[in-house]
Amino acid sequence: MLLSRVAERVYWQSRYLERAENTARLLSVFSSLMMDLPPKTKLGWHSLIQIAGATEAFYEKHKVATERSVMRYMWADQNDYSISHMLVMARENARTTREVMPTEAFEHINTLYHFAKDNSLSGEKPGAKHELLEKIIASCQQLTGLISGTMSRDDTYTFISLARNIERADMTTRIVDVGSGDLLPGLTGGDISQQVLEPYENLLWMNILRSLSAYQMYRQHVQQIVNSKDVVEFLLKDGDFPRAVIYNLNELKVLLKTLPRHGKASTQVNKALRVVRTADIAMLLERGLLEHIDAMQIEIGSIHQKIAQTWFLPQT
Amino acid sequence: MRVNWKTYNPGKFFDEMISSPGYPRKSSRRLAGYLSSLTHEELLEKKTASELAIKTMGVSFTVYSDAGNIDREWPFDIIPRIIAAKEWDQTSAGLQQRLRAINLFINDIYNDQKIFKDKVVPRELIFESTNFRKECLGIKPRFGVWAHICGTDLIKGDSGEFLVLEDNLRVPSGVSYMLENRRVTKRVFPELFDHDYNIRPVTEYPAQLLETLSAISPRKVKHPEVVVLTPGVYNSAYFEHSFLAQRMGAELVEGGDLVVEDEKVYMKTIDGLSQVDVIYRRIDDQFIDPTVFNKDSMLGVPGLFNAWVKGNVALANAPGAGVADDKIIYTYVPKIIKYYLDEDPILPNVESYMCIDKAQRDHVLKNLDKLVVKPANESGGYGMLIGPQASKKELAEFARRINADPRNYMAQPLISLSTVPILSDRVVEPRHVDLRPFVLQADKSYVTAGGLTRVAMVKGSYIVNSSQGGGSKDTWIVDDA
Repeated sequence: MLLSRVAERVYWQSRYLERAENTARLLSVFSSLMMDLPPKTKLGWHSLIQIAGATEAFYEKHKVATERSVMRYMWADQNDYSISHMLVMARENARTTREVMPTEAFEHINTLYHFAKDNSLSGEKPGAKHELLEKIIASCQQLTGLISGTMSRDDTYTFISLARNIERADMTTRIVDVGSGDLLPGLTGGDISQQVLEPYENLLWMNILRSLSAYQMYRQHVQQIVNSKDVVEFLLKDGDFPRAVIYNLNELKVLLKTLPRHGKASTQVNKALRVVRTADIAMLLERGLLEHIDAMQIEIGSIHQKIAQTWFLPQT
Repeated sequence: MRVNWKTYNPGKFFDEMISSPGYPRKSSRRLAGYLSSLTHEELLEKKTASELAIKTMGVSFTVYSDAGNIDREWPFDIIPRIIAAKEWDQTSAGLQQRLRAINLFINDIYNDQKIFKDKVVPRELIFESTNFRKECLGIKPRFGVWAHICGTDLIKGDSGEFLVLEDNLRVPSGVSYMLENRRVTKRVFPELFDHDYNIRPVTEYPAQLLETLSAISPRKVKHPEVVVLTPGVYNSAYFEHSFLAQRMGAELVEGGDLVVEDEKVYMKTIDGLSQVDVIYRRIDDQFIDPTVFNKDSMLGVPGLFNAWVKGNVALANAPGAGVADDKIIYTYVPKIIKYYLDEDPILPNVESYMCIDKAQRDHVLKNLDKLVVKPANESGGYGMLIGPQASKKELAEFARRINADPRNYMAQPLISLSTVPILSDRVVEPRHVDLRPFVLQADKSYVTAGGLTRVAMVKGSYIVNSSQGGGSKDTWIVDDA
């Protein structure tokens, strides 16, 4: 029997871990991308803050988004968007659900938490930053493997998987959002000519794929040179890539069916599926993807709301 | 530098490792020899490894301080404490005898009250106890057992014999640390767990606990729904609540997860409400039900007590079991054993004086500077006076308190606690220890192989409580081959 309170905690533990992994991947890819882009492009460290949804909070503390300020903000600073904070939250939820998780899972999260606490991204020798981020990514993936390899497919596992898929779908839409909505006008505007920018545009989309570990699978399955339409199409609509939105929504659909009283949540997943499936990417890219992505994010957010209303303890 | 047992000097105290400098006791010989085969650096490396293991495993306890509640890593000394199996078997029999008698006593108090009629224990003593619950009168829990889980504190004095210091019948904690200590030791000294050294395993405790709890289920179903009720994550023993729930495969619930409907207890699950059969409550009975006991309790469940009275749910330990946990009642336990079982106590009490008795009180007041004075109902070493270490002002204050409320105080001679070696920064040194074994009782009874050894890490100190700077050790029951 899975307690509602415990369901909620394992769910959040899973979301925070997935978020920490995604954030680490974003930071890592961004660092490498910034080395390749011409200095005058609009794409800056600000975009990273935007993907994280941290714009307001960040600029309360900092005037400009520089590599240093953004890295520190998103690694160890005490704010809701830092990897350290996500690991604190993951550990706190894990600590209060140890009774339902494999022993090694908590020990692993605990070690990861201590690792992030004991290391800082600034003041390290070059290359160390990359290593730290890689370690976070690898540890999170190891944990996902551990959970998948040792837990029975019971309700606890279902909530962990629900959370992972929602978090992935959410992160993918955020990344597509920034790639399409903000960077392209930036790249085409200003005093840099279109000709100069074209190779960079490809580079940008390539890195967007990389930030979701999607580059290789895109290559194998799309077999097109990297271009905005195909990348967005792949990231939103692919049914086989585990971080594509449609894939995640399909997973949610299957997972929800195993739970009692899943009607409202399942209906909401179907609604979200419709919104993503029917989107005409080519047309939207011309007119601006932004609004449509926002609509998708709202639908994904509503899936979470329905899950919380159906299975978690009511807020008091 | 290596450990030299000739320079290890416990002085006048009974040492459990050696009989005299240079001469380890029979069951400790192999460990003593092994320890002296390592350099001090190697020992320190093992110590570091143990600290890392504890950090990774997340073995922690909470310290309440001004700076907020801090989760501290569990303090642990790597040198195991050794007890000979033969001695332990005798002790274990004594512990089971004691809990059997105590349960007969509690059941009698709340039902027939024969022991008052036979004038073995004075009635007033019970009715004045802060742990007596009049609401429990007339209730008969299954098997007549009220205290299903007991943590008994044992010490060794100069004679080297185990003596009972106190019985903890409310919500005794520490068993998870006993289990985790063994896990750490296996990581640190794997080479000692071979077939030549016969160390009794401790791992079966959670299974035994689940069996005990399942046995008292009111519904006769194959797998009764057993839950552990915790006050929550801020409780100092939360680690243990979570640990035991995990090891038993039981749900760990907070008050808010439970609800009472039609005098039955349910937990709120993702499938809706699901009936609960047995609650291992780790909340003091004052707080389990705000409609019966403490009205302000946010931790409890309204209606829980009534569900228990109606026999629809089992509570372990039963409310009211703490009445025998009182330090004044403690002094009567030898008589209680004799009265109900007609047996002589296998394990002796520490000699005690009751302040309620005029002659004994006079003796206590005259010898305050030589005695340890304890209030009837405090735990964790709080509110105690250690006469030989107290200032004049403290002695005067306790004399005043005893005269004002004699029923609430008892006194014992200061027992010179036995010592065992610990690894200090430079050398192996003797430190004082006690032992908390855990005893289970339902239709059958069970005693842990050893228990939790608590050690005063400070030289000369008798304070072993983890909340006051004590540490712990793995405890080995070793069969002499």
